[in-house]
Amino acid sequence: MSQLVLNAPFVAVAALTCVACYIIMTQKNLIKIVMGVVILQGAVNLFLVTLGYRIGGVAPIYTETSGTLMVLPVPQALTLTNIVIGVSTTALMLALIVLIYRHTGETDAEKSRRMKG
Amino acid sequence: MDALTLHSPILAVAIPLLAAFATPLIGRLSSRARDVFVIAALASMLFVVILLARDVYEVGIRIYTLGALSPSQAIPENHMVPVRLVFEVDGLGALMAIITAVVALAGTIYSIVSIKPETGQNRFYALLLLLVVGIMGIQLTGDMFNLFVFLEILSISGAALAAFRTRFVDAVEGGFKYLMVSTVGALLFLLAIGIFYGQYNALNIAAIASAMQYTVLDQVALALILAAFLMKSGAVPSHWWVPDTYTPAPAGTSPIMYASSLACLAATFRMLFSLYGVQMSLATVGWIVIIAGVLSMFVGVTMALRQTDIKRLMVYHVISQEGYMLLGVGVGLAVLSNPEALAAYGREAIAGGLFHVINNAFFKGLLLLTAEALFFRLGTRDLNQMGGMGRTMKWTCAFFLIGALAISGVPPFNGFASKLMIYESTYLFNPVLTIIALIVSVMTLASFTKVFQSAFTGPALPQYKEVREVPMSMKLGMGLLAAATVFISLFPAFVVDTIIYPAADALLDRSGYISAVMGGG
Repeated sequence: MSQLVLNAPFVAVAALTCVACYIIMTQKNLIKIVMGVVILQGAVNLFLVTLGYRIGGVAPIYTETSGTLMVLPVPQALTLTNIVIGVSTTALMLALIVLIYRHTGETDAEKSRRMKG
Repeated sequence: MDALTLHSPILAVAIPLLAAFATPLIGRLSSRARDVFVIAALASMLFVVILLARDVYEVGIRIYTLGALSPSQAIPENHMVPVRLVFEVDGLGALMAIITAVVALAGTIYSIVSIKPETGQNRFYALLLLLVVGIMGIQLTGDMFNLFVFLEILSISGAALAAFRTRFVDAVEGGFKYLMVSTVGALLFLLAIGIFYGQYNALNIAAIASAMQYTVLDQVALALILAAFLMKSGAVPSHWWVPDTYTPAPAGTSPIMYASSLACLAATFRMLFSLYGVQMSLATVGWIVIIAGVLSMFVGVTMALRQTDIKRLMVYHVISQEGYMLLGVGVGLAVLSNPEALAAYGREAIAGGLFHVINNAFFKGLLLLTAEALFFRLGTRDLNQMGGMGRTMKWTCAFFLIGALAISGVPPFNGFASKLMIYESTYLFNPVLTIIALIVSVMTLASFTKVFQSAFTGPALPQYKEVREVPMSMKLGMGLLAAATVFISLFPAFVVDTIIYPAADALLDRSGYISAVMGGG
């Protein structure tokens, strides 16, 4: 039972990754594609944080702890960086969609020229 | 001078990075000062890179540990693994850094005039310098996560540059596609980094390589990494974004964007050779790379034959030429576990592939610039509407001829030298591959003959009577790349011996790459 509970985050990561890839490959609406990318970012972030988790661990912000475990700080730093990068790429993608919409009046990948992806 | 050499790995990244943020400030004062500043920054970066490369060729692999007392101390006292950020420069890194620095300088000199009609030039130069930071960082870093960060710097600035002329809808679409591909690719790569960290508790490439157990998870990570980098370098089957992104990108950026694709290709090689190396069943992976290469060669050139947009045509050749590099290095990868075959033709194949990288960076960049020069003067990229430009734009015509002859592999140009190395070595491996490569080469020549005929020969067209040669800075930018192409054509043996074989050997010497950071060995 506890095995299942502990592995639940990894199952969630796999599920989110599949959902995101499905969205990115099949959806035609540009906004929805961006949503797929954001879900993929979420999946990767969850993966990284889960990697660093130790049962009963405390936050890695103390220099002295009374023998208790700490969770790993490095994956959290990676996650934080990825969140920042994710916000900026998402913002740029949405800005480009606004420009495409102004030009074509569409946010649909099929209707605005040959756009796919 | 010694201090400069000591700190050159970080300076090669820091100079363009700091310059990128200073550029908009200087641009507020005077646009002329800004132009001079950007050129000076890139020229000093080239100088630092040459210092670094000379040191790497003389002394060997250079490591630079950020935040350590001495840059060569990768592993802190009382620690087993490198916890700090480490830059690691070997022959491959030096080769790619030289390419990047030369191409960036040429592209920027070219841009000074060609970007004049646009608004927001301050931001243009800032993005351009950030793009250079991304490319440089990918080549020099020895840390997986740092590589991811540089990849994202490259994605964001590259996408913003591709979409820079926002009045063209195809430019915006191209930028969006590029960002899409890059972001998804980078996230896949980050997933692979997570897998490595979970297993080996390390982010340093050398540290991971030395601990590598070749588990199933590592194979999953390899698949993710290959997918991510091949997607970004634009090899078939993920080539579809390349023409859409490169064609409408502003003039001077095209060769630099192309250098970024090559950088991703080099990063793929780094992962395959230095991270995984010989213990993996590389014959299969090698064949995957070979097949991707052959497909890219063939699809690229056949698509190019039917284009009438001059730049789009050249961009399809980008995909096709990337196929040659993948083919060469793929053959080397396939025989990596067989020392005899490796000595007989494997090393030669890898060197041929890498030689083709540097050649292409120069002549392909040159061709992209000549296409933009025509667009700059004529306002069209349609080959059917061009004609007789050889009479009025003599310099552009000459530069085009150098590039076209070189890319088609006509002797004595450098394209011939690198293709010959690939032909000879693949013939020993599998003659069918050589025949395909030869056919593609003929088709390349055919396609460039078509461009030459429609654009430069024929009677002068009345609507282009007023067309003059492009301004000085554009000629200078093209001239720099043309000079580099001619130089390699004149001294191919010298270039191969001094910078290509060290790069190939750096790829083959996995234990050297590891022990430079981990010590021992």
